[in-house]
Amino acid sequence: MKRVDIIIIGFGTVGRGLATIIRKNGSLARDRFGVDIRIVGIADLRGSMMDPEGLDIDDALEWKCEISPVNSIELISKGEYDLMVETTPSDVTTGEPAFTHIKTALNLGKAVVTSNKGPIALYYRELMELSERTGSPFRFEASVGGAMPIINLIRDNLAGNQILGIKGIFNGTCNYILTRMAEEGLPYEYVLSEAQSLGIAEADPSYDVDGIDTAEKLTILANAVMGMDIAYHDVSVEGIRRITPDTLKLALDKGYVVKLIGEAVNGKIEVAPRLVPRDHPFALMRGTLNIAEITTDLSGPITVMGRGAGAIEAASAIFSDIISIYRSER
Amino acid sequence: MRVAMEIELKDIPGQLFGALGPIADLGGNIISIAHQRDLRTPRGTIPIKITIEIDESHLDDLIARWHDVGITVMQKGEERLHESVFLILVGHIVHTDLKSTIDAVDSTGFAEVVDLTLSMPGIDEESSAGITIKATGRTEMERAIEILEQEAVNKELLLIKPLEEV
Repeated sequence: MKRVDIIIIGFGTVGRGLATIIRKNGSLARDRFGVDIRIVGIADLRGSMMDPEGLDIDDALEWKCEISPVNSIELISKGEYDLMVETTPSDVTTGEPAFTHIKTALNLGKAVVTSNKGPIALYYRELMELSERTGSPFRFEASVGGAMPIINLIRDNLAGNQILGIKGIFNGTCNYILTRMAEEGLPYEYVLSEAQSLGIAEADPSYDVDGIDTAEKLTILANAVMGMDIAYHDVSVEGIRRITPDTLKLALDKGYVVKLIGEAVNGKIEVAPRLVPRDHPFALMRGTLNIAEITTDLSGPITVMGRGAGAIEAASAIFSDIISIYRSER
Repeated sequence: MRVAMEIELKDIPGQLFGALGPIADLGGNIISIAHQRDLRTPRGTIPIKITIEIDESHLDDLIARWHDVGITVMQKGEERLHESVFLILVGHIVHTDLKSTIDAVDSTGFAEVVDLTLSMPGIDEESSAGITIKATGRTEMERAIEILEQEAVNKELLLIKPLEEV
């Protein structure tokens, strides 16, 4: 049995989702993969909770453990642990504070697993070089497509294939809005407020509806699995704000639906609404589902779909990343 | 572009190869070919109906190469507007001179706007237009879409392209 002491930096929905999963499926990781995951530290803006023998997860979720004023950076640089999970809010312009957190942990030789898109979209090369130099594993499956496996799928199962292109639907919020608008003939603003009241869209929806989120995910994929060297700012991005019920009606009359598509091919990345034939698999993605078509030289096209958002879904990808770093087959 | 032609071969060995070789050499593609060995023209030559996809700039060269080996082109008709693509424009389409947007495509000679459906929700709101473009071939269609893209950028319109371009 391999005991793995982890710290969680950022205890919002995803960080808490991970704690819930460890409580629920921790025994599965022990029995099937010989990995005993314990949470020895949690840091947030509120302070830290620490226990070298492992925090009580129920208490931690309620912030009922002893709270110390130790901040994130102190916990990362001075704590005793094997792996850091970085789940602070993502910042698309600076990548902070996650960028500093990840660099600090990797420099100390600690393994890092994150769902945080900002630092990877902005500083992929730098972080990978650091990970290689220090020999610290660095995984980020959760940063793209939530529970939909794509990065590890390409790296592991499709190893040896050249990836010629990736395109798909990577933002559940946009997909929900476009689906509702098309099916009910409702205007954008109306469906947006509906999505906000359901918690599908943020109070400031621009990150999703302007295509920024999709662009970040494509940047990560292009760099991590397509061997491209692209900065997020090089991406051409158009969101869905200008789509009207009339637009969708015109498309439907000709047998198309409109979807926000992210595509990486021939060294460039484009995010834009596109016309998808109604019988295409992409057109069947209603609500918040994600889908990606990976074009390979040896295996042809491979299509994956899954839940692209949600605390448990993103956390499940983190949980799998942790297991895959330490697993031993039984 | 796509061209349908009727050519005549002499009844001597190697003529068919002489006809097809230059097409490949010039980067062309044979779409269809009808060759009836026992059919003869009054001139004693063998007529062949052939449709090829070839870059417009190479067509004269092809005909010259055929001429050199004794192959005559009897009829040549461009199979016009073979490719078709549906796109949508969103924005102030009418007030940014819809006519000039269409003209940009029509004036190319190799592509035309063949259908346009306009939907105008209100005075200040952006309208949507469904546009069907036809073009003589794949490359021409790509060029026509590029031209339309440039028009869209200049006029601050949103161009929604198909998932699979051409």
